[in-house]
Amino acid sequence: MLKSALSQLQTIWTILQHSFTRSETVQYPEQKPYLAPRYRGRIVLTNDPDGEERCVACNLCAVACPVDCIALQQGVKEDGRWYPEFFRINFSRCILCGMCEEACPTNAIQLTPDFEMCEYDRQNMVYEKEHLQIDGTGKYHDYNFYRVAGLAIAGKDKGAARNEAEPVDVRSLLP
Amino acid sequence: MNIRIDGVEYPATKDRNLLETCLGLGLNLPYFCWHPAMGSVGACRQCAVLQYPDEEAEQAGRGKLVMACMTPVSDGARFSLETAQARRFRQGIIESLMINHPHDCPVCAEGGECHLQDMTVMVGHRDRRYRGRKRTFRNQYLGPLVHHEMNRCITCYRCTRFYRDYAGGTDLAAQGCHDHIFFGRHEDGVLESEFAGNLVEVCPTGVFTDKHLVHDYTRKWDLQSAPSVCAGCAVGCNTLPGERYGRLKRVHNRFNAEINGYFLCDRGRFGATWVNDERRLDYPGLRGEDGRYNAIDHHGALQRIVSSVERGAVAAVGSPRASVEANFLLRLLAGPARFCPGFSAVEQPLVGEALALLRASRATVPDIATMETADAILVLGEDVSNTAPRIALALRQGVRNRAYAMAAGLKLQDWQDAAIRNLAQDQRCPLFIAATAATRLDPVAARSLRLATPEIARLGLRVADALAGDNSNDYSHDNSHDNPDDHSVHREAAAIADGLRDAKRLLVVSGTGSGDIAVMQAAARVAEAFRDTGREAMLSLVVPEANSLGQALLCEGNGSPDLDALAASAEAGEIDTLLVLENDLYRRAATDQVDRLLANCQRVIALDQLDNPTTSASHLAVPAASVIESEGTLVSLEGRAQRCFPVFPPHAERHPAWVWLLATLKELGREAVSDWHHFDDVTRGCAAAIPALAGIAAAAPDHRFRNHGVRVPRQPPRYSGRTAMRANVSVHEPKQPEDEESPLAFSMEGLNRDQPAALLSYVWAPGWNSNQGLHRFQADVGGPLKGGPAGIRLLRANGGATPLPRHATAAFAVEADEVLLVPRYRIFGSEALSAISPGIRELVRPACIELCAADAERLGLADGDGVQVGDNAAALPLRIDDAMAPGCAGYTAGYRETAGLAPNTRQRLRRVAHFSPPGPTVIGSDRGGRHG
Repeated sequence: MLKSALSQLQTIWTILQHSFTRSETVQYPEQKPYLAPRYRGRIVLTNDPDGEERCVACNLCAVACPVDCIALQQGVKEDGRWYPEFFRINFSRCILCGMCEEACPTNAIQLTPDFEMCEYDRQNMVYEKEHLQIDGTGKYHDYNFYRVAGLAIAGKDKGAARNEAEPVDVRSLLP
Repeated sequence: MNIRIDGVEYPATKDRNLLETCLGLGLNLPYFCWHPAMGSVGACRQCAVLQYPDEEAEQAGRGKLVMACMTPVSDGARFSLETAQARRFRQGIIESLMINHPHDCPVCAEGGECHLQDMTVMVGHRDRRYRGRKRTFRNQYLGPLVHHEMNRCITCYRCTRFYRDYAGGTDLAAQGCHDHIFFGRHEDGVLESEFAGNLVEVCPTGVFTDKHLVHDYTRKWDLQSAPSVCAGCAVGCNTLPGERYGRLKRVHNRFNAEINGYFLCDRGRFGATWVNDERRLDYPGLRGEDGRYNAIDHHGALQRIVSSVERGAVAAVGSPRASVEANFLLRLLAGPARFCPGFSAVEQPLVGEALALLRASRATVPDIATMETADAILVLGEDVSNTAPRIALALRQGVRNRAYAMAAGLKLQDWQDAAIRNLAQDQRCPLFIAATAATRLDPVAARSLRLATPEIARLGLRVADALAGDNSNDYSHDNSHDNPDDHSVHREAAAIADGLRDAKRLLVVSGTGSGDIAVMQAAARVAEAFRDTGREAMLSLVVPEANSLGQALLCEGNGSPDLDALAASAEAGEIDTLLVLENDLYRRAATDQVDRLLANCQRVIALDQLDNPTTSASHLAVPAASVIESEGTLVSLEGRAQRCFPVFPPHAERHPAWVWLLATLKELGREAVSDWHHFDDVTRGCAAAIPALAGIAAAAPDHRFRNHGVRVPRQPPRYSGRTAMRANVSVHEPKQPEDEESPLAFSMEGLNRDQPAALLSYVWAPGWNSNQGLHRFQADVGGPLKGGPAGIRLLRANGGATPLPRHATAAFAVEADEVLLVPRYRIFGSEALSAISPGIRELVRPACIELCAADAERLGLADGDGVQVGDNAAALPLRIDDAMAPGCAGYTAGYRETAGLAPNTRQRLRRVAHFSPPGPTVIGSDRGGRHG
């Protein structure tokens, strides 16, 4: 009996204490809270520092996605780069977990602090490449996959990537 | 016998190597250079384990490092896979291999099914410590089928071991020295071997990849696949086509220990992507007054088929490339007497005779694996490298049995590949080839003869006589003894018989490719004569198409009309409605003949996949699903009925032919089909109606089969994008399509393990993402699948109840102004559908006439001239080829331009004035056809 009464008093005291703490609640949407750059919101596709599409359509984001909401098809550009012919994210399924960003070997896919994606029509939650692609490097400014990859593309021949030796002369038997 | 691995006793088989033993026990031991079909060379040093001499050493941890692939297991042997010393060694090897490996995985077509990735993860190598520069190479252009990316090479030598040692190619080799070893050709160019595509699967990493796939790429985990059968030729190789977004992306080998094993030919691997062609029919098309086609829905099409069939006399043309079930239903619709099997008039008796000989012969009808056990081979008149390429690969293995016999004498195990090749050098089992021209097998043949077709038949008969020790028979006409060639045939036959003296298992290969019944009969006689000497004989007769033999079995003995008979009854006004099933008649007979046949029928209904001249001449063109999109049973040249399953549901109004035909029969109110609802009902109905096909229902489990209570999935466990791939159409995801016709599921749900072999829909096991994980599905590493054999043999030898025919053949003499027309097949081009697949399309060369230089001079013709054969309208370019038998003019068979030519007829060649040679034509590309 005494124990229950004490418990009641303790609860009232705790609640009373809250009257003197700062409120965490803000008047959203009039008042916007601060979101860190690495907050996991709407997904974007970024460009490399040279302004070329970063995505190489490797499909790792799609396979990492626990809700399977990413679908894409690879294509090869004239210059030899792999790129997504289409890249689709069904945001009505997306749980903003960021697994795609972790899986991405080229830093192409990134999550942004924007989470306000309400739509009256669910179909509008389906984003195609033109809705996802931004003109910038996003959070990672320096990485350019093709500068480290072995695949030759226009303007970067075999042996021209970082840490690569000149192509071998196969006809030479010199040691 | 038992061995101990890491302190645990395991059963083992004597004389196998430790690597395959470990893999068979389900232990993970990394390797690169070993391949179950190619044996061990111990080159990559990746499968190192520790071997202990005795128990004391094992307890003390004192052992020596050995390469598991080079170590035979023996009773009581002690090994350790897990000891730190062995693990460190294996990690060191991978780390060295990875030093020069490019940072390519995201843009590599092997990624996700890469043996190198799997093995790197398996040994636990993660961080790169080497900070030096990576060695690089320039790639080569290796043709439109195989993509080359040499930087990725780990120098395991599997490619050259397959290409040169196994497949007999000469234009791919290891070049350079030390760490500059380069695998490629001496210069850019198309890889010559017809098995080059296997490099894609043999290479443990991404040096050789499928060029078509590289340009329309999908990772293995995203490919939906189902067990299928290659429709490129009659061998019936098992395939695993992979689909994504409704497009066929690639075809991989589906292991079948009795047929294709680990390897496919390039026609099979790259020749199925025609199913993505833009000329595919999507909706039924009804021809209007102006000759244009208007799309109608399937109800409309069905009503029109039914009313056409009801209104008048019906005849039907089936197809030797369509399934047994579709042909059976069509035959049911038209009646046996008005069902033409769809062969050309020349081919029909040939295929019928092939079947009759296979039945009459007491020789074994071998599967491909059995062919590889032959210790003597005779090829009569069939160019297998072009008509049934997988057999050619088997013959190349057959001649190596001499090497294995020599190795057995030295107690060398079969997997000691390098040692056995060194031992045998160029010693091979005898392979004798008699053909009208050079063949690709000539370099491994003991004797290769260039003879006119009748001479090949006579050679065969004489060999049979010589084997029987009987030289009294004279198969030629009286005057032939004056012919000097006759003596040479006699001499050659004696030499061949002599060469077969020590043989114990003779394989005789012939087929319809020679265009002459007598050649096949002679082949059967040789096999019979050899068998009569108390030894084992095998007889393989090659037929032209994927279901040629099934079609022959369906129409056996009931006098089905051939195309000529059909044309005659059309001429007589006896056909109102002609139904054509998956068959371009313009490839079966001369153009004017087909024009007349189609014009003489009031209504022509064509059921086909592609727009071709026959569908363009039809009044109603009905879209059919391809072999990749429908279920069906195909009967291979050895008489094996095999089931293929749809890889993905067909789009639009493409339905399997059996669906169209069953619906038509039901609309017509046919009693026989009233209870048939499923594909399995049709199969069972066919099995019941045609005794020769009674076995086909057992070719695969029926649609009610469940694997441990669940279906077998078509999609791998990590199939991605399911909630986005159709979201552009509607965000409301449809239910996965249900498969009511098979035990497979169009989803990732189910169990891809322990199923019957006919239901193997993909190869994947934990830790084994590449196709090297196949051993997890095999009962015995390199041996048959756990689920037993796939398919069912329909032909059983009748024990010689029917005597083999014994015909005389006239000797062949070169006439002053005539030549003997002989068919010449091409792996790329002679089969109509594969020839329009991207990649192969670039390798198809225009049809031509081939003559040896002496004949050309005799006839006053020169290389590049345009020639007309007899009254055949098409002018063909002439090519001088000294590998042609004298007196013979080879014509490229299987092309529309040569459809009217009759093989083994004497013809005059006429030079055409003002001939401009055709450029590389695209076969079947005449979109719109005659009426477009």
